[in-house]
Amino acid sequence: MAYDIQKIRSYFPILKRKVYTKPLVYLDNAASTQKPIQVLKAEERLHNDYYGNIHRAGHYMADKSTIDFEEVRGKVQQILNSPSREEVIFTKGTTESVNLVAYSFGERYIEEGDEIIVSEMEHHSNIVPWQLMAERKKAIIKVLPFNDNGELQLQKLDELITPRTKIIAVAHVSNVLGTVNPIREVIEKAHEKNVVVFIDGAQGIQHTSVDVQELDADFYAFSAHKAYGPNGVGVLYGKKSLLEEMPPYQGGGEMISEVTFEKTLFNELPYKFEAGTPNITGVIAFGASLDLLKEIGIENIAAWEKGLLDYATSGLKEIEGLTIYGESRNKSGVVAFNVEGIHFYDLGMLLDKMGIATRTGHHCADTVMQHYGIQGTLRISVGMYNTKEEIDLFIEALKKVIRFF
Amino acid sequence: MTIEEVQKQIIEEFSIYDDWMDKYQYLIELGNELEELPPEDKNEQNIIKGCQSRVWLVAEFKDGKIFFKGESDAIIVRGLVALLLRVVSGRTPKEILGNELFFIDELGLKQHLSPTRSNGLLAMIKQIRLYAVAFNRISVQGG
Repeated sequence: MAYDIQKIRSYFPILKRKVYTKPLVYLDNAASTQKPIQVLKAEERLHNDYYGNIHRAGHYMADKSTIDFEEVRGKVQQILNSPSREEVIFTKGTTESVNLVAYSFGERYIEEGDEIIVSEMEHHSNIVPWQLMAERKKAIIKVLPFNDNGELQLQKLDELITPRTKIIAVAHVSNVLGTVNPIREVIEKAHEKNVVVFIDGAQGIQHTSVDVQELDADFYAFSAHKAYGPNGVGVLYGKKSLLEEMPPYQGGGEMISEVTFEKTLFNELPYKFEAGTPNITGVIAFGASLDLLKEIGIENIAAWEKGLLDYATSGLKEIEGLTIYGESRNKSGVVAFNVEGIHFYDLGMLLDKMGIATRTGHHCADTVMQHYGIQGTLRISVGMYNTKEEIDLFIEALKKVIRFF
Repeated sequence: MTIEEVQKQIIEEFSIYDDWMDKYQYLIELGNELEELPPEDKNEQNIIKGCQSRVWLVAEFKDGKIFFKGESDAIIVRGLVALLLRVVSGRTPKEILGNELFFIDELGLKQHLSPTRSNGLLAMIKQIRLYAVAFNRISVQGG
């Protein structure tokens, strides 16, 4: 089936708007994607028809909301091919998912002197929670480096893993370099030595199919808002055997089965990790974006986006003095670059004036910037609804902006 | 000229540009003309780190007036720094503390002062005021 780009774009009315009188070219999808009408309608339907607090009360509205909420858990289970729904936990976003694991896994498994490996290309969200835990537990953070092409130096993992290594945290796809990391190999190597692996899938799930069973992933986290869903919803997939042993992250409603002042009995999975009233609206609306991903097909989206990324990359390479950061063979979603002699802030600012939304700065990945000895980059990131015509507009605008200086 | 008059003069100068491109072209020109700080002044003490661009600010208190020098690694920000310095440098602390900076807003360049832009400019303005407060105390005590 051909990729019906016009139909897909019609789902996102915002794409028709203009900024500063110029047609919007939205190339900041790695920061957040736009929301399709299906998601907006699901939110509206909930609030017009049947909103109620979930898992509580025995009335029609609460029951209907609960059913829909739990149905989305099933959809997430499906997209990840998780063996059971108990292993799918809803959070606020990827960041909270990392914090949850860093805290609860740390409490259960990390002793003084234990080691945690993070890769050099991680987003701050997949570094800082581990540092906080390491500080608390007097554990040690070790770094798995990447080469100048932006590829993880996997061979170094063998020497990095010691008997004290407890967990490895690595991104599925880098938010700056675009590298699709060989997470299956990382997991294989780790599991040979009984080390657990946490995958940050914030840039993964929307660009490539994920099968946690095939990967044998211990943890996989992602955010709804980068996958055409609403803000404030994230997912943590975790293996039941681990989640069951880990203590709760936060206390509150829903996560308990019985409370006395002497002792509290915790609820079973996944509710043990879902304290308080969750983002009911967000989760239910997220179901609509998961349906859309399924309807179009992640493979089809991936192929379309690869076409865009290759097209943009070759266009960029024709520009004199332009350096691309991250030239891994297996790349997805983003291109980060600088133009010699021009600050990325200036480029991004003027592109914005021409209707092109890009991202500038360090992209919350200081260690990647340090690797290349730079302060930041300009970054474009594509989504399912971008077109080659938009890439043309971007390249043309970029050339015009460069002539400005 | 008072701080207010200089700001009005800048607004007047920009008023001939009705196109945003010309406006930015002029800002870039101003940025290019801004004298570079000597390397020894570009130190950790004088840097104002934004996650987008960096700004350096140096202050010297002489004869009751504060003389500012500044720079940025982004040229548009440099242009704005040049304008800011034109407004506030060589003024007494009281003048700085007693005046609002309205010209950036009036020029339609307010987005550069948005906290989310994080280009160091907003922090620079705050720092200018902090210098004014500190030197004001010195001049009151000393005088």
